[in-house]
Amino acid sequence: MGLSNKFKDLESYSEVLSDGYQLLPFAFHKISPDKYIATNIVGEYLTVSRDTLKLLVNGTLLPSHPIYNDAKSKHFIMDRDSDTALDLLALKYRTKQHPISEFTGLHIFVVSLRCDYTCKYCQVSRKMEDVDKFDMSEETARKAVALAFESPSKSIKIEFQGGEPLLNFPIIKFIVSESLTLNIKENRVLQFVITSNLTFLSEEVLAFCKLHNIYISTSLDGPESIHNKNRPRPNKDGYQKTIDGIRAVQSELGKDRIAALMTTTSESLSNLEGIVDEYVQNDLHAIFLRPLSPYGFAIKTKQVEKYNVDKWSNFFKQGLEYIIKLNRAGYFLREQYTSIILTKILTPTDPKYVDLQSPSGIGISAVVYNYDGDVYASDEARMLKEMGDEKFKLGNVHTDDYIELFSSDILLDTLEESIAESAPMCSDCGLITYCGSDPVYHYATQGDVVGKKPLSFYCKKNTSIIEHIFELLEDPGSRKVLESWVL
Amino acid sequence: MIKLHSNKNIITSSSDAPLILKITKKYDLPKILRSKRALLVDSVTDINAYDGFDMVISRNKLDSKVHNVAYLSDDLNYLDEGDIVRVTPNSSDIRVLYRVNASANFLFVTERCNSFCIMCSQPPRDVNDGHLVEELIEAVSLIDIGERELGITGGEPTLLGDRFFALLQAIKSNLPTTSIHVLTNGRTFADPLLAKQISEIDHYDLMLGIPLYSDVSHIHDFVVQADGAFDETIRGILNLKRHSQKVEIRVVLHKQTYDRLPQLAEFIGRNLQFVDHVALMGLEITGFTRANLEELWIDPLEYMDKLSEAVEILARFKIHTSIYNLQRCLLPRHLWGIAVKSISDWKNKYYEECDNCAEKHNCGGFFASSDIKRSDNIAAIK
Repeated sequence: MGLSNKFKDLESYSEVLSDGYQLLPFAFHKISPDKYIATNIVGEYLTVSRDTLKLLVNGTLLPSHPIYNDAKSKHFIMDRDSDTALDLLALKYRTKQHPISEFTGLHIFVVSLRCDYTCKYCQVSRKMEDVDKFDMSEETARKAVALAFESPSKSIKIEFQGGEPLLNFPIIKFIVSESLTLNIKENRVLQFVITSNLTFLSEEVLAFCKLHNIYISTSLDGPESIHNKNRPRPNKDGYQKTIDGIRAVQSELGKDRIAALMTTTSESLSNLEGIVDEYVQNDLHAIFLRPLSPYGFAIKTKQVEKYNVDKWSNFFKQGLEYIIKLNRAGYFLREQYTSIILTKILTPTDPKYVDLQSPSGIGISAVVYNYDGDVYASDEARMLKEMGDEKFKLGNVHTDDYIELFSSDILLDTLEESIAESAPMCSDCGLITYCGSDPVYHYATQGDVVGKKPLSFYCKKNTSIIEHIFELLEDPGSRKVLESWVL
Repeated sequence: MIKLHSNKNIITSSSDAPLILKITKKYDLPKILRSKRALLVDSVTDINAYDGFDMVISRNKLDSKVHNVAYLSDDLNYLDEGDIVRVTPNSSDIRVLYRVNASANFLFVTERCNSFCIMCSQPPRDVNDGHLVEELIEAVSLIDIGERELGITGGEPTLLGDRFFALLQAIKSNLPTTSIHVLTNGRTFADPLLAKQISEIDHYDLMLGIPLYSDVSHIHDFVVQADGAFDETIRGILNLKRHSQKVEIRVVLHKQTYDRLPQLAEFIGRNLQFVDHVALMGLEITGFTRANLEELWIDPLEYMDKLSEAVEILARFKIHTSIYNLQRCLLPRHLWGIAVKSISDWKNKYYEECDNCAEKHNCGGFFASSDIKRSDNIAAIK
């Protein structure tokens, strides 16, 4: 038995392993009393018991241990038999961090602050419809487009926001046309998105969107009662207008051209299945379960105080459970926030989501050009401004050039402080590679861009969601669904 | 099934040196084109008509004592217009180097190898066989333009150094539209200069097929019986991709490799996602595999779950994956779409069970060597 005597057996090729191993950088996080997740800087992970973790960390894990080869393969340890681990880790780290080198890809244009809705959680603090001074002018638009194209990013996504951007449709057409003209020479991958409540979705708008492959993003908070309660419109017809708009986009532009997201109010908490069902009923295949953000009217109307992080997490987990159940029953529905985190866990790449990056994506992943030409480091930064705080204003398109805006002290200082790897309690967190930092949020809630993590909704929310995703990944049925959500 | 080699020919020749000859049946070929050509005839008749051909190859033997005639052994009766052979007169030896009608043509460039894989189908020998590549360079110049693909195999082709690159260059110069598929263990490309050198050939479709048998070094090194091979292969792949060369990862499935197949798939996805193709290949029962059969054989049905999982993982990483050498009746239906008819025609066969199989025409069948060992679960699909 055994190999013919010309050959040596596996043991003789494994002898050098008994010399021990070296630890490569990793951290760990307890997800249940005897279960730990060990994670490395490139997002690979091992699920281990406390005892195994002890062996691993103490350098006493034997080559015969079932986890040894996994730890070696995923570059948690390096033995004397191979020294490619560092090359491969470096390669993977470069791949994960690559989006940073692309610089700003998402350019948000607030083309009007006017809106026909009076949402009680509005994060922007909308203005009445008939006030023309809250619209972006052609001169401002032209300068903002020129700035967008100064970004080195190979792909440029221009997102129209408000207020309700369709209230200033002429400037949308102007910006699209300016961008397309510039792009003849620039040759970037150019994409447009209109974030709209769909009230003013006319034939003209649809035809324009069809012509230029423009994507539509909208808000759908759930069934009629919840949607209209969360998002009141003077005529009380917001829900119907939204649904009509979704249908029109689906039939005129295609199912893949529209995405909806929901904001969770205290009313939403008890209506979870109804909210998700609303998405299924309207043939939508992605949903974004979002908590309230502490900006604008959400604070004035004390909406944010109505539920705490535990309530939110439970809502999210139950939502996920129901969404997975629908998937297993044959209806593909992706929860977007989970998708972003899963992509960080299960692939070598990073989805470049502004709020889940380290350093933060403010300014370097996304930037906001406000209707008046002011430039903000993120959507939340201009929400903060509407509350009277200009902390994260980078400058103005009429007075500052690209270099001044993107090397402004406020941006560079904030980015530096937003590197989670050097932030207290983040630096040694086992979930750091799947998380990120949100300096604007922490400044808004704690007056400090780094923030104290034990008091942070952001930290608690992400910790609990990521822990939960790992639990779901342990179950083969759920795992299969989650794998299909990877971006 | 056909044989590519016979030493049962009767050859009369004025030369002892091996001749590289292209077969033709065109007896009226202009004289200026007759050099390096062998005229294939059914029987030797009018000697004068053969003037200018380097050799006459006859399917039937006659008693006439003419020079430069090879009487073909029955094994090689299939030879046809455009095929290229090496004739070694003093050993009655004819080897077929290239067949127009082959499903795939592989140029066998050396028997030497720096690995010693436990399942090697072509056990290496440390011989001085530098003449092989020179003959093949000559043969390449005789192949008709338009050939779809040529394989290069060994031994380890890159051990030929500059002559390996000369062969690639010869193929590119003579056959500019022909794809090249090199089977190499990739170890020599750990030297960045060699990776650069192959990129400088600047071939439009050259793929390097490189085996990787495990996600951990000690198991890979054991399978290829060479310490340090894993590291060299990994560095080789990285260097080749740095120079934008096409790389295929080849995994032979057997008792020593199947267990960590999903982990290997994950490793490839995480570390080498940029490779162009992954081939997961059933075992050929030949060469060293026969000597080590006990340690290598596992019924494919027993590793099917692992294989299935590995394929799913590779798909998740969006890596183009194929399954070679496994029969449809062993594969779950969802894997049929990536199961390729991969076995070269000259060693491809089917068994009795296959006669009534509805999928036979889609199935890659067996290696001839499966006579020695094949799955117990072969059964016709209705």
